Amino acid sequence: MPQRELAGDPLARAHLHAVPGGDDGGATGREGHVLIDMPERTEAEDPLRAGLRAAVGDPSHDSPGPGDRPGRGRALWSSAWPKLTAVAMALVVWELVVLSGWRPEYVLPGPGAVLGRLWTDLLAGDIGVAAAITMKRAVIGYAIALVAGVSLGLVLARVKVLRTAAGSLLTGLQTMPSVAWFPLAILLFQLSEAAILAVVVLGAAPSIAIGLLTSTDQVPPLLVRAGKVMGARGFALYRHIIIPAALPGFVAGLKQGWAFAWRSLMAGELLVIIGHAPSIGVRLQFSRELSDAEGLLAWMLVVMLLGVLVDGLVFGALERKIREGRGLTAEHA
Amino acid sequence: MSAVLPHAPLSVLSPSPAPVALRLDGVTKRHGAGGDAVVALDTMSFAVKKGEFVCVVGASGCGKSTMLNLVAGLDTPSAGKVTVAGERPALMFQESALFPWLSVEENVAFPLQMQGLSRKARAARVAELLHLVHLDKFAKRRPHELSGGMKQRVALARALAQQAELLLMDEPFAALDAMMRDHLHSELETLWQKTGLTVVFVTHNVREAVRLGDRVLLLSSRPGRLVAEYQVDLDRPRRIESPEVARLARTITDRLLEAARAAA
Ligand SMILES: Nc1ncnc2c1ncn2[C@@H]1O[C@H](COP(=O)(O)OP(=O)(O)OP(=O)(O)O)[C@@H](O)[C@H]1O
Ligand SMILES: [Mg+2]
Repeated sequence: MPQRELAGDPLARAHLHAVPGGDDGGATGREGHVLIDMPERTEAEDPLRAGLRAAVGDPSHDSPGPGDRPGRGRALWSSAWPKLTAVAMALVVWELVVLSGWRPEYVLPGPGAVLGRLWTDLLAGDIGVAAAITMKRAVIGYAIALVAGVSLGLVLARVKVLRTAAGSLLTGLQTMPSVAWFPLAILLFQLSEAAILAVVVLGAAPSIAIGLLTSTDQVPPLLVRAGKVMGARGFALYRHIIIPAALPGFVAGLKQGWAFAWRSLMAGELLVIIGHAPSIGVRLQFSRELSDAEGLLAWMLVVMLLGVLVDGLVFGALERKIREGRGLTAEHA
Repeated sequence: MSAVLPHAPLSVLSPSPAPVALRLDGVTKRHGAGGDAVVALDTMSFAVKKGEFVCVVGASGCGKSTMLNLVAGLDTPSAGKVTVAGERPALMFQESALFPWLSVEENVAFPLQMQGLSRKARAARVAELLHLVHLDKFAKRRPHELSGGMKQRVALARALAQQAELLLMDEPFAALDAMMRDHLHSELETLWQKTGLTVVFVTHNVREAVRLGDRVLLLSSRPGRLVAEYQVDLDRPRRIESPEVARLARTITDRLLEAARAAA
């Protein structure tokens, strides 16, 4: 047995001197081959593991050594380059389509022109103004959806009869394309802010409610039993066991809810034009009416970028933090 | 040295002056209903005296975990009665059942938190317990960063933290190396002697049962029945390698094999 593997573990070291070779019921193999667990290594001895830990930004590792800094930068780069490559490839394909002359450039401009336009609009402040209007709606709509979804989920989780009755209805709501709500919303609320918000809420709330229901259903019974044995009952059981155990699934529901909210919002802004509020949707629509293909594509990029940004920076980061803290990161990732 | 009582005149029936910590009276537990019901435990009766260390051995699937769950109050018997003196017993599950969102020290502190102890009081107690299971250095880690054996040690520390009068343990040391197991055997024994704790300890390892127990109960499988009990009158501390332990373990193992053949 190599000496190196025994460093740092007093018990294992002790064992080296105390190998009894005696038959003690399964722990010894044939002829004095002692089958023990490999001693646990500390990071000081295992730079590979320390590096890995730094790379995933493990939140439980609260004393970052001096060696962690470059590791973090490298990790950022290693997660960024595939995305950058993908973007570059998409731009190349786009440019090739334009160069093929499939459509004239005033209908389908190339990436250079569109990115240039994006930059000027950004500098002019147009994008900031539009994004502010749109994001305000997104945040308000999503907040209402959050409250509605969580309340609905909690009620259904507590009342079994309602659950069986409303369960399939909720799935129906979730699968229904939210654009289909607009005619009704416009009838009810006219062409107003309220019509847009109503559809955003209807789009996002079912996902949030379903996420809450499935995540609480999937809490391992063993953990609930463990909590009960140690004296967690009633509200304490929810607070200390069920909610934290359900958190990863709930956040997945929140993330999906955001995707639905964003889609509903874009559909809403295209259908419900409120002239005095130059939102992203309004700008898109105006670009089309003016046959301004360059502007249209630039605004589409804004929609995409905002959606990805919120998804990644808010929900993705939240999800990653929770999953990594519990060792739930996918093996194939 | 040891009294072998096949088809036991059970200790329930013998008048004993010592107060009883746990009593099962004709406890039957069926899992499921109708034709598919599995009788996990069949009219089981025994009593454990206060301060006694009782080990339970039996083939896999004979209802040992089922019995502990009933005693812990996590399940209700289909028939019969379970009586536990004092308050809620502590249960160390067969799987470590640690909370993945809490660090090692927060896991161990959990029962103390439920008892309403202050943060400061918890910290001192947790440090002590982690030292006992040799995991001081891993206090801040999350359960997924530990090996199977280390998880079991955390679970042991957490069960001990509860400071219950009755400690139920379900194959607690199955995943440990021989060194660590011997260490925890003597720590558990010392703690038990010091505190007057009552222990019900389930294991597959007959030698371990003889090493630790005042008494060893032997269950048969399908349905789970109490078929024999053995008084272990060896001086403590015992050594798991000692010939006396080996001899009694051999006797119990023979009886266990006989029970398995009868069940087949
Ligand atoms: N929730 C359940 N539903 C149905 N059957 C169950 C359930 N739990 C246990 N059983 C059955 O009851 C019997 C006893 O199970 P139990 O877990 O108590 O065995 P055990 O003695 O602890 O076994 P092991 O030593 O392998 O842990 C088994 O036949 C098992 O299949
Ligand atoms: Mg079991």
